[in-house]
Amino acid sequence: MKIAGLLVMPAGFFLSISALVLFPATNVAARTAFVLCGLAVEGLGLAVTVRGHMEAQGKSRA
Amino acid sequence: MMPNVPPVMTEATFALVLVLLLLAPLAIAGVALINTGLGRSRSAAQALLGNLAIVAVTAIVFALVGATLAGTLGGAGHTFHLAGKAWNWIGAGPLFLGGLGTAPAQAQLGLLFEFLAVALAALIPWGSGADRVRLLAGCAVAAMMAAFVFPLLVHWVWQGGWLAQLGANFQLGAGFLDPSGAATIHVLGGLSALVVVWIAGPRKGKFPQGGFATAMPGHNAVYILFGCLLALAGWLAFNVAGAVLWLHAPLSALPVTAVNTLLCASGAVAATFAVTRIRFGKPDASLCANGWLAGLVASSATAAIVSPGPAFVTGIVAGVLTPLLVEVLELAASIDDPSGAIAVHGAGGLWGLIAAGSFAPQAGQFAAQLVGIAALLGVVLPLLYLLLWLVNRVSPLRVDQDGERIGMDLHELGGGAYPEFVIHRDDSYR
Repeated sequence: MKIAGLLVMPAGFFLSISALVLFPATNVAARTAFVLCGLAVEGLGLAVTVRGHMEAQGKSRA
Repeated sequence: MMPNVPPVMTEATFALVLVLLLLAPLAIAGVALINTGLGRSRSAAQALLGNLAIVAVTAIVFALVGATLAGTLGGAGHTFHLAGKAWNWIGAGPLFLGGLGTAPAQAQLGLLFEFLAVALAALIPWGSGADRVRLLAGCAVAAMMAAFVFPLLVHWVWQGGWLAQLGANFQLGAGFLDPSGAATIHVLGGLSALVVVWIAGPRKGKFPQGGFATAMPGHNAVYILFGCLLALAGWLAFNVAGAVLWLHAPLSALPVTAVNTLLCASGAVAATFAVTRIRFGKPDASLCANGWLAGLVASSATAAIVSPGPAFVTGIVAGVLTPLLVEVLELAASIDDPSGAIAVHGAGGLWGLIAAGSFAPQAGQFAAQLVGIAALLGVVLPLLYLLLWLVNRVSPLRVDQDGERIGMDLHELGGGAYPEFVIHRDDSYR
């Protein structure tokens, strides 16, 4: 689960980078929103990784 | 917009920056003292020796490998082309510091800044692994950071890499701005701390079965608080030198940078003082130290860019967030981080980068900062996990159970930091 989360994070990065290439410089709002979407995906990946750590922690306590 | 070739530096500016960089190790000393004070007394000598060893290892490894990959501003770099733009992703500087003596003043001082910065960055995860990470493994983690991850970030941010060129290539403000290492030092250190804690696991007895997390307070509040004062001197030096080196700020702008640093830290510690006073009835010394440090970390991104008002607000927000995040990470996410580095350096650095983008006058700066943060979380964190996982396979980070029971000082050094004192056994922590 931890590894899956870590693999999602680069996907969010590529989403953020694609915003720079896909949207023209004049459309700042759309660009920023797309970059934020990429960051949200990274956030999800981080949440999954933290969750994986917590599950592993719970098992080691038991 | 960040120029690709640095302007010529006057002799007065060169002398000023050199003197500042000779004061910057005070930040390293401060963080080393804080790391030691926040650990347990039976691991104090190992903790402080570890800080010293890590500074030495990072200097050697950065000289051998890292400086080449970091490159120099306007120097050679490896570039690929995508969507009609050049993406300069890694440097190709001279091997083993070749030609350093004849390099331009800016390049020489920049390299000295990087030597100090990588030492500070590598100390951060050492504090988080206190009381359980072996000395040799701590040095291996530092070596990985100094050889690969830090140089990559430095090239992207300070040496004209793709993040620095976001302004020129994509009209995003002045490109990703990080004049004093909020990203390259602190977020890198905070993310490394997170990975070290994930891999090494919590200290024995920290999360007992079927109970709440056990409080394991730092063993010496005097070290912690004196470390904060030392860190202030070092941070002032780092922030002012960084403004000259990486933003090419004029000398007249430097007093404001110093004032902003102080205001940011002051706002943060005042806010943490208030939050802990409300939360626990009394201010908490170690959390206030964390708040102070988080303010300094946030100032690394903002002090040279914003005016005093926003710098103060940035500090207040950092000071409110830090104690709450320290608590959430420990109680909700089962993360045992004795030095609070993940909240202080990781989250504090990220907040500073966001604040710099929010308060900067250039249009598009906010988006540039967000792209930089995306690179930190999307590339640097997985890369760190991979490298430190490999380190753990070769040389396990965590000490064996017997070592943890008797303490790192006795186990690794054969003697304690305080031989006259009675050392508590593990039973005292349930």
